Amino acid sequence: MTKIIGTSPLREDARVKIDGAAKYVDDLSFPGMAYAMLVRSPFPHAKISEIDASHALELPEVVAVITAKDIPGKNKIPIVFDDQPCLAEDEARYIGEPVAIVVANDRRTAQIAATLVSVKYSELPAITDPLLSLAEGAEKVNPVLGNILSRHKVNKGDVDSAMSIADVVVEGEYKTGYQEHAYIETQGVIAVPENEGGIALYGSMQCPFYIHKALGYVLGIPLSKLRVIQTVTGGAFGGKEDFPSLPATHAAIAAYLTSRPVKLVMTREEDILCSTKRHPGIVRIKYGARRDGTIIACDAEYILNAGAWSTLSPIVLWRGTVHSGGPYRIENFRVDAKAVATNSVPNGAFRGFGQPQVCFANESLIDELAVKLGMDPVELRLRNALDIGLETLTNHVIKESCGLKKVISLVRDEVKWLENRSRKERVLSNGKYYGVGFSAAFYGTGLGAGGKKIDRSGAFLQVAFDGSVQIAVGTTEMGQGHNTVLSMIAAEELGADVKKVSMLPIDTSRVPDSGPTVASRATMMSGQAIRDAAKQVRKIIHDVVAKRLGVAVETLEFEPGVIFSGAKKITFEEAVTWCFDERVHLAAQGWFKAPNTEWNSENGLGDAYYAYTYTAIGAEVAVDKETGEVEVLRIVSGHDIGKAINRREVEGQIQGGAVQGMGYALYEDLVSTNGKIIRPNFSGYIIPTAADIPEIKPVIVEEPYEGGPFGAKGLGEPPLIAIAPAIANAIFDAIGVRIKKLPMTPERILETLEAVR
Amino acid sequence: MKNSTLHLKLNGNEKTFLIDPADTLLDFLRETAQLTGTKEGCGKGECGACTVLLDGKPVNSCLVMAVQAEGRSVTTIEGIKSDKRFDALRASFLEHGASQCGACTPGFIISSAALLTDNPDPTDKEIRSALEGNLCRCTGYLKIFSAVKHAAENKGER
Ligand code: FES
Ligand code: FES
Repeated sequence: MTKIIGTSPLREDARVKIDGAAKYVDDLSFPGMAYAMLVRSPFPHAKISEIDASHALELPEVVAVITAKDIPGKNKIPIVFDDQPCLAEDEARYIGEPVAIVVANDRRTAQIAATLVSVKYSELPAITDPLLSLAEGAEKVNPVLGNILSRHKVNKGDVDSAMSIADVVVEGEYKTGYQEHAYIETQGVIAVPENEGGIALYGSMQCPFYIHKALGYVLGIPLSKLRVIQTVTGGAFGGKEDFPSLPATHAAIAAYLTSRPVKLVMTREEDILCSTKRHPGIVRIKYGARRDGTIIACDAEYILNAGAWSTLSPIVLWRGTVHSGGPYRIENFRVDAKAVATNSVPNGAFRGFGQPQVCFANESLIDELAVKLGMDPVELRLRNALDIGLETLTNHVIKESCGLKKVISLVRDEVKWLENRSRKERVLSNGKYYGVGFSAAFYGTGLGAGGKKIDRSGAFLQVAFDGSVQIAVGTTEMGQGHNTVLSMIAAEELGADVKKVSMLPIDTSRVPDSGPTVASRATMMSGQAIRDAAKQVRKIIHDVVAKRLGVAVETLEFEPGVIFSGAKKITFEEAVTWCFDERVHLAAQGWFKAPNTEWNSENGLGDAYYAYTYTAIGAEVAVDKETGEVEVLRIVSGHDIGKAINRREVEGQIQGGAVQGMGYALYEDLVSTNGKIIRPNFSGYIIPTAADIPEIKPVIVEEPYEGGPFGAKGLGEPPLIAIAPAIANAIFDAIGVRIKKLPMTPERILETLEAVR
Repeated sequence: MKNSTLHLKLNGNEKTFLIDPADTLLDFLRETAQLTGTKEGCGKGECGACTVLLDGKPVNSCLVMAVQAEGRSVTTIEGIKSDKRFDALRASFLEHGASQCGACTPGFIISSAALLTDNPDPTDKEIRSALEGNLCRCTGYLKIFSAVKHAAENKGER
């Protein structure tokens, strides 16, 4: 029986945050620090013929103006394909693309000076619609990769013949908009020159080792002279995975060339204009089913608007592709997916990573299928749901940890599905129409076959003389509760009090590379690496204790803070003192490698991931037919996560993800015309506020996964993924119209109502 | 240019500073007074991360010029921290998991402190409306509402 896992110890990192004492990057300063500001392209596509910095340099407080030709190393940002430059050189390919870096003694001067740099542009034709970019003979948007940045296919069985014998066929086209991460702390970094020619880079980030590599590229100096230090990070959601490499390289180049610490913190407007976002998507999807509700075929096409550079688009696309038919066993499955280049801001990682787009489509269409079959939509999902012994869309046979049917049933009961769905009285006392909707999803946790080369994690654990424990991993805390969860895992496995465990702050020169903090993988991967280290140290301690107590080591038992053998009992601290007396080294390196996956990239079949988190969502809404406004009354959000390590933080992820998903579904409308984002602020881009929040009921299912720490699977992303289709299905239940485009704004709902009138 | 003086009561203490008259109250607090607990999330009055108390009332310090604080009292998160009356509120945020990334947290604490001072026993609706100007992107707000509610209920015990 675990003693710490499954409880809810308080978050140590939250204490300083609550007191306002936590130091975020903009709270830090260094002696002699200068400030950087970027000159950015105002055109979606333009030739750059000349950059004249003389007016800017006339200001006495301006230190330097840096352009592409000043970059000491390569003018490239390494992510997947290395196509994106650090600074645009001859051509700018999206509005907001960095063209020059202005460095000044103070922030205000840097801002003014950036407007004084005169860049001679000649505008070129721009393609901002992905469908036009795909058209025959279209101008090349991305000079390195062409217009299809990435393409993935899955081909299983014989989709065409299955469709031809299906009793019922449904199809639809679904579109989704941009989503901006809107972390409350904007992007920011500080680069500090170090003795002996290196750079220390402080910043708000998810993946310090990505930045480490990028700095090596642009500075052309050995990685051993560079270190990256993560500062307290004020939210990320994927937005601080790939993107921070850009500002980090800008600040580092500036610091390297001026020999001064350089701070670069983005304004909100700049952040919304230039940082990566969730890709707008187009999904065309078709299901074929037998009369009894068995889905026999799924045929899908998936297009992502990637923006000008490829960033993480190939992997975002891949995740969406292999999940695109839903959490169902379907014998015949085909999908063709493309990430397409356009002259607009590059998109990248965002919680859900290519899945929310396809999930909105397939889960909306499942409800259409239910209508056509005359079947209950939850029944239909249960009939086709994945289970032990069944294979996923890509033919991965599930062998363990599959709580999908269980989570669907529990959520169905919790949302009082049968009762609410068959309500006679649909008009509420306030004149609004009531509806209830359902959705389901699966989520491959970890990087899976798409990123298996980096799916490993390192950890270091050491015990100090006073019995306190320090752990180091390279995955990061960005608000999700990472440090608390990993401290709990260390304490449980080592037999120490969780209050005595601390995480070493992230510095790439001191912590092991644990791979990126993405794909809901940190609890699983770093958790296992920490367990590996903790087991080794526990063995060292237990050997010493057994010898001193004169008992066989196998007789020792432990609980957090105590070790006992029969009636003999000592505290963890005493045991540590004995170990120091014996001069043993109380430290170990831990390592964990994700299991191997079999993957055939020709037909897109195999084990896409090693384990899946399963989700079911129930949503109740009230729709105002006059205004088109949707009020969410209640969300029931259920997830099979293997094991809830810290319940309170699990609920925090579920509720936070649900609200972000509600924003995606209903309010968050980033309007962009011809590559230009309109009203880049929180009055133009509306995220959910305290006024919009319904009751959100978490339902936790624990079907343990052998390969995860104490059975745990990942949870960070699933809470967002299936919210939008559950709301769309509830709106359909309420007012009988299907909205096929996100966000489902009041205008869009009124238009759709109008069209069917 | 720091060429004008500002006298104010900052977190309970009478102080005088040399300031740049172009600074907002937020700039002044973070850069001149070095009180970095107050955060900037938008600089435009849209997120509430920069909320402080000006004469006891919550304001977005990014929308107030520093000179407007002349002769008035300003309380920041650093002042709340050393005010015993709000110990229960801070503890409640911790216990309820109301702070994840924390970037919004000082602003929420200030807005909540203002609410509880005016209205020690707020309804759920009053809590929500007092916090409507503060954006949080992590928690989904519910744990923040329960933290404030619980702090109000436990006021007798602090
Ligand atoms: S920073 Fe003042 S309201 Fe956002
Ligand atoms: S805790 Fe991150 S924005 Fe509120």
